[in-house]
Amino acid sequence: MKSLNGSARALVDTTAGEISREIYVNDDIYREEQERLFARAWLFVGHESQVPNAGDFLVSRMGEESVILTRDRAGKVHVFLNSCRHRGMKVCRYDDGNTKSFVCPYHAWSYDLDGRLIGVQDFENSYRPPFDRTDWGLVEVAQLAIFRGTIWATWDKDAPSFDDYLGEARFALDLGLRPWDGGDGETEVLGSIQKWIVPCNWKLIAENFAGDALHVVSHRSVDMVGIGPTQGPGRRDDYGRPHLAAYPGGHGVNYGITPPVKERSNYTASPVTAAYFQRCWEKRLARLGDKAGIVPLIGTIFPNTSFHLQQPRTILVSHPRGACETEMWRIYLVDKEAPEEAKRFLRLYYIRYSGPAGMTEQDDMENWSYATSASRGRIARRYPYNYKSGLGTEAGRDPVIPGFATPRNTSEQNPRILYKRWAEYMDAEDWSAL
Amino acid sequence: MIDANRAAYLSLLREVEDLYYAEADLLDERHYAAWLDLFTDDIFYWMPMRKNVPWEARDQDTTSEDDIAWIEDDKATLTKRVRQLETGIHWAEEPLSRVSHLITNIRIVDPVHELREGEAMRVKCRFFVYRNRLETETDTLVGRREDTLRRDGGTLKIARRKILIEQSVLLAKNLTVFL
Repeated sequence: MKSLNGSARALVDTTAGEISREIYVNDDIYREEQERLFARAWLFVGHESQVPNAGDFLVSRMGEESVILTRDRAGKVHVFLNSCRHRGMKVCRYDDGNTKSFVCPYHAWSYDLDGRLIGVQDFENSYRPPFDRTDWGLVEVAQLAIFRGTIWATWDKDAPSFDDYLGEARFALDLGLRPWDGGDGETEVLGSIQKWIVPCNWKLIAENFAGDALHVVSHRSVDMVGIGPTQGPGRRDDYGRPHLAAYPGGHGVNYGITPPVKERSNYTASPVTAAYFQRCWEKRLARLGDKAGIVPLIGTIFPNTSFHLQQPRTILVSHPRGACETEMWRIYLVDKEAPEEAKRFLRLYYIRYSGPAGMTEQDDMENWSYATSASRGRIARRYPYNYKSGLGTEAGRDPVIPGFATPRNTSEQNPRILYKRWAEYMDAEDWSAL
Repeated sequence: MIDANRAAYLSLLREVEDLYYAEADLLDERHYAAWLDLFTDDIFYWMPMRKNVPWEARDQDTTSEDDIAWIEDDKATLTKRVRQLETGIHWAEEPLSRVSHLITNIRIVDPVHELREGEAMRVKCRFFVYRNRLETETDTLVGRREDTLRRDGGTLKIARRKILIEQSVLLAKNLTVFL
């Protein structure tokens, strides 16, 4: 298979709920994905709290590309390709820090915090017009958006605005990135980024978070042991009634809906955290009323940014490294105003749940990696994956939660819409076709 | 003629080696419940992450105690990890991995030659842990331990363990192996 040539839709039959294994294991499809999907879509880059001051930087990724997230002297956030314009060397190889400029180690070309090329070795003697340094600044993303502290970017100047890209899924991100009290305060990233490599296709991770409640059986061992923020079995507090919503942009969210009762008994293993949560809940009730109990539990913003926004509270980006290799980056979020003891309690809960040593996530990595490897064979590829759960049961619009809703959280409607959108990207020559 | 302090020190060092080699056998032979008994009840079992830093910030190449880590467990959570393995349905370790712990470069950091009941000392060592599971999945986890050992009920127990792995991006898909 040299190129899909507009045939991605033939591999992704969301009406029948059957998807070809080729899209998970085929190297040619993977290469085309880099061009058609990751070079066009909005991707998560980082969080404002990771670069609070002028000169702060963080080396992040956008798919396969290494990028620098930085804040210039005027306070403006930038995202640059982390590659010198002279000979391509990575201009920054530190994970994070604060700097006045980025100096390439190879030939010492240097760049200001706003990406301008400011230093070229032997510039006075060896470079003549029409060479103009202003043409050779760091490559900057075409568009950048900041949404309640989260930083997103796209390489495509023709891409729609981030708001349009989110569509009605904006509701989930807006609600989930607010502090627990539902107000306009700040959430912040708790420390450093977990990064690890999993031998699986990135889409298996994206679809898992988009809405795959059927997979919770694979976490039975951790539920038996009990690692939640309350004593006893399980891994979360009661999140209420589950509710799936899918969005035409390819996003999928699994909401939890709790009745707006006065008292909540969450985080009871830590009295300080429980008291903070109860105070927040009272403010949230006053602010949001009947909607206070709606929480975007788990979801994926197309293509590869996934989240838990209640318990634990974390953003996961599945960076592709090859058809069968993904680098997972996980950051953890807390309310900036939460007591230090609550932040500490949450940090420990988060990392015993998620990450490579997380007692829940460990089993996910096993599933994703061996699903990938067992799909590579020539015989295996003849047989599509089955996404039929809930076909024909979609309820349509919901009166409270935006998006296409389903009353069954075991429906695979969210993965289906993610793959429908994936095929549209793969087949579309330009944004007018999207 | 070896002086008494030197002899006591060598005996103590030998006791530390015995502890680590016995621990390696307990882990590699999957006697996890017995392995838990090697730790004090107030164990702080911590595996911070490693970062890419410049020379002048070389003391910050490891995430600090208030930062995100790979693992930060007390005895209760460590016990839960063991109980999860014992469920027989913890798919990340089911079927069971094959693991060997090689422990070397053992050094008592504090200037002590004996350890009385309730006293503690710092000990460093290196580990080379080989893990293979199913068919070809293989991880080589190499790094350092910085332990605090305390004499507790006559025996040496591990009261604090800091695990440093020489990787920034973790190259293993998960960390289900105790280090």
